[in-house]
Amino acid sequence: MDITINGQLHQLDIEPDTPLLWVLRDELGMTGTKYGCGLAQCGACTVLVDGQATRSCVTPLEAVAGSQVMTIEAVTQDPVGQKVVDAWVAQQVAQCGYCQSGQVMAATALLKQTPKPSDEDIAAAMINLCRCGTYNAIAAAVRHAAQA
Amino acid sequence: MNEMSPLHKRTVRTPDASPVNLSRRGFLGASLGALVLGVSLTPGGRALAQGAAPAIVPGTRVNAYIQIQPDSTVLFRSAFIEGGQGIFTAMAQIVGEELDVDPTQFVVACAPPGPDYTLIGGLRFTGGSMSVRMSYETMRKLGAAARRMLLEAAATQWKVPIAALTTQPGRVIHAASKRSIAYGDLAKAAAALPVPSNVPLRSRKDFRWIGKPVARIDIRDKSTGKATYAIDLKVDAMLYGAVQHGARLGMEPDALSNEDQVKAMPGVHSVHRLPGAVAVLASSWWRARRAVETLEITWTEAAPGSTVRVMPADYSSEAHLDDLKAHTGDGLAFETHGAVGPALAGAARIVEASYDAPHLAHAQLEPPSAIARFNADGTLEVWAPNQAPEMFQADAAKVAGIAPEKVILHSPILGGFFGRHFLYQSANPYPQAIQLAKAAGRPVKLVWTREEEFLRDALRPMGVARFRAGLDASGMPVALSAVAIGEGATGRWFGRTVDKVDSSAVEGIAGKVYAIANRRVGQIHVDDPAIIGFWRSVGHSMNDFFYETFFDEMADAGKQDPYELRRRLLADSPRHRKLIEAVADLSGGWKRGPFTADDGTRRARGVAMASPFGSEVATIVEVSLKDGEVVVHHVWVAIDPGSIVNPAIIEAQVNSAVALGLSSALLEEVIYENGVPRARNYDGYPILPPDRMPKVHVRIVESGAPMGGIGEPGLPGVPPAVVNAASVLTGKRIRSLPLSRTSLADAAG
Repeated sequence: MDITINGQLHQLDIEPDTPLLWVLRDELGMTGTKYGCGLAQCGACTVLVDGQATRSCVTPLEAVAGSQVMTIEAVTQDPVGQKVVDAWVAQQVAQCGYCQSGQVMAATALLKQTPKPSDEDIAAAMINLCRCGTYNAIAAAVRHAAQA
Repeated sequence: MNEMSPLHKRTVRTPDASPVNLSRRGFLGASLGALVLGVSLTPGGRALAQGAAPAIVPGTRVNAYIQIQPDSTVLFRSAFIEGGQGIFTAMAQIVGEELDVDPTQFVVACAPPGPDYTLIGGLRFTGGSMSVRMSYETMRKLGAAARRMLLEAAATQWKVPIAALTTQPGRVIHAASKRSIAYGDLAKAAAALPVPSNVPLRSRKDFRWIGKPVARIDIRDKSTGKATYAIDLKVDAMLYGAVQHGARLGMEPDALSNEDQVKAMPGVHSVHRLPGAVAVLASSWWRARRAVETLEITWTEAAPGSTVRVMPADYSSEAHLDDLKAHTGDGLAFETHGAVGPALAGAARIVEASYDAPHLAHAQLEPPSAIARFNADGTLEVWAPNQAPEMFQADAAKVAGIAPEKVILHSPILGGFFGRHFLYQSANPYPQAIQLAKAAGRPVKLVWTREEEFLRDALRPMGVARFRAGLDASGMPVALSAVAIGEGATGRWFGRTVDKVDSSAVEGIAGKVYAIANRRVGQIHVDDPAIIGFWRSVGHSMNDFFYETFFDEMADAGKQDPYELRRRLLADSPRHRKLIEAVADLSGGWKRGPFTADDGTRRARGVAMASPFGSEVATIVEVSLKDGEVVVHHVWVAIDPGSIVNPAIIEAQVNSAVALGLSSALLEEVIYENGVPRARNYDGYPILPPDRMPKVHVRIVESGAPMGGIGEPGLPGVPPAVVNAASVLTGKRIRSLPLSRTSLADAAG
């Protein structure tokens, strides 16, 4: 199967129903995308599929054939992603950091679609779980990135 | 948890300081000129010294902690593990301040097991909010000693008196000749020098980094997916493992009816029976998981004499709670002042109430994993999330049947911990990884699914507390008798003495600061059939909820305002009185309500105090009710940790502790039925989502008291302050957590 990840074409010989998350992590060694729940509950596995925030733990590989997948590994190659990362650093968002790849990707997807989000837009888009409770810093960082 | 040290000190081996010859030249050659003295750490983690080794004094040997690289960056081995609390940054600040290296120039990793790192009374663990306060002076001295060695090396090289030299971050300066040299260029020469002692420390007024909101050194990596956790690691030729546990603890796998079919699934290497579980090894983790979940397993009861704790088949959370509530009496005394019996007998009014709180899961976002690899030289390498390297090393050795020094333990950063990664029987995956690596003859990476994690987590104990207070005619409390019923985590894992109360079972009911003349805190021990463990703020996580909500019941019964009553009972305790006034000030002045907010909602505020882990905390919360649920709008926290290292990290940790405390108050409970937990993922065990996070306002008060903890103390005040505020609106006391159990109606309709 041919899959395009971060602009690069990969030819993979894997069961087509394998979740994208595990293809990224185990087959391609891209471990920035995290496993948290496997049920699309937590969002730690969020990647962009054709610009949409997508939970890769429940996305079969075959569903992304022909699509553009962007992961945290390439986030700073995207101008919006770079702004988001800079805002995450400026706001000192991360604590344990485990959920933050998914948070950064969710924020990048939001700002690509809605460059000047309202607080309601941010609340609607930033729904990933964070057990360290960095939610206020996340919201501040999204606002920061939108103004950058 | 504060009493953990004396309890398990008895069981700890004395460090083996047997002499081993070591070529200094050979070692230095291997270390690429890094600043290291003539000692090294073996792969097994034991420190080896030249000649007859003196006993190692933890935290004194510069080489064990600090390696200055040729580019002058500092590789620092931290005694404590980073799991979000900011300890790696704190270490860089503290050591960098004295060493004169900017914290941004530090690369920090968790140190291997070894006697150099046992900084907590001869032990090492990351917990009890102890890391900074237990190592602060030692780490400053270490940094100062290393700087002195660099100065001596420069003085020798330039043939000038050491007094003529100064440093700037990362460089030694000779002002008279306008020369300077980078630390990296001195590291090799400095390595030949003995470690000086009694080097003067920097004056507090000259601090550049300690006490300042220094940026965390790990943020960019954690914002770009580059930070590496145990679950991200890979070693050559490894197999991936997944397990299916017996749902009820103690059950053992018997027949596997479709084993052949599963063995034929794509990528499957082998199927293994383990104690209490079945594992599949495969060429990828997803294949291993799918295969193990396809297995049809017959489970049988544990064999008689099983060493595993067996969960009774009829165990339920409901029945256990009833059992705790059914225990009567005052229990074993832990804390007594005055004479509570006569004072209660003479009181004008008696107030009584009973409270309860459920089992909780850690629910950290990183599922547990472990890699085990047996090496050709007879060593075993283990990569595992852990908060206590020496304990894990010793246990891994036992599992593998080899000597502890043959176990090389790696401690990657933690994707959240909150007490999850201590050594808990049946709750850690590394014993399974070791057994699988041994059986397969290949390295194994084992990852537990979220579902297996919810099945085998070590839970915050369930607890019940009963209170009886006596008020005088003016409504002032004159006597308070409390009894905590349940089991503490410290006693479970570090030994319980039958006639002695486990402090982790009563902390937060005991150790309160209010001047009530006659008081007694007792405990009734009841074995908790579940696997229990340490959960952020341990006993305080529920006991301060019990006490501080009962406090408001006393205030209401005596027709006193709960804030004013607290202030009155702190009249002779200036530190606490100042703190509660600070939080009131931070919130714009105390007002209990109910009042109507600008958005038209009817709101109220609650207050609570706590004295956890050496720090003092006062909390005020503002809530309203909506659709039967509590909405928390604001949390104000004044925290007095005595003195501080990084105010930005403190603010972040208070935010985090507030979130977890609020999550426990609003949503969380592990429910067992028929010996099995009902929830196996976040869909059945909701944790605080972003839309329920309140605004958090923090004020740090530095009283100058001995340094206290930071990671946990922000938590215990939150549940009682929330419940105290909610009770104002409902007009009824709430005595059971979480609040999601109850549909809350506003008394005003």
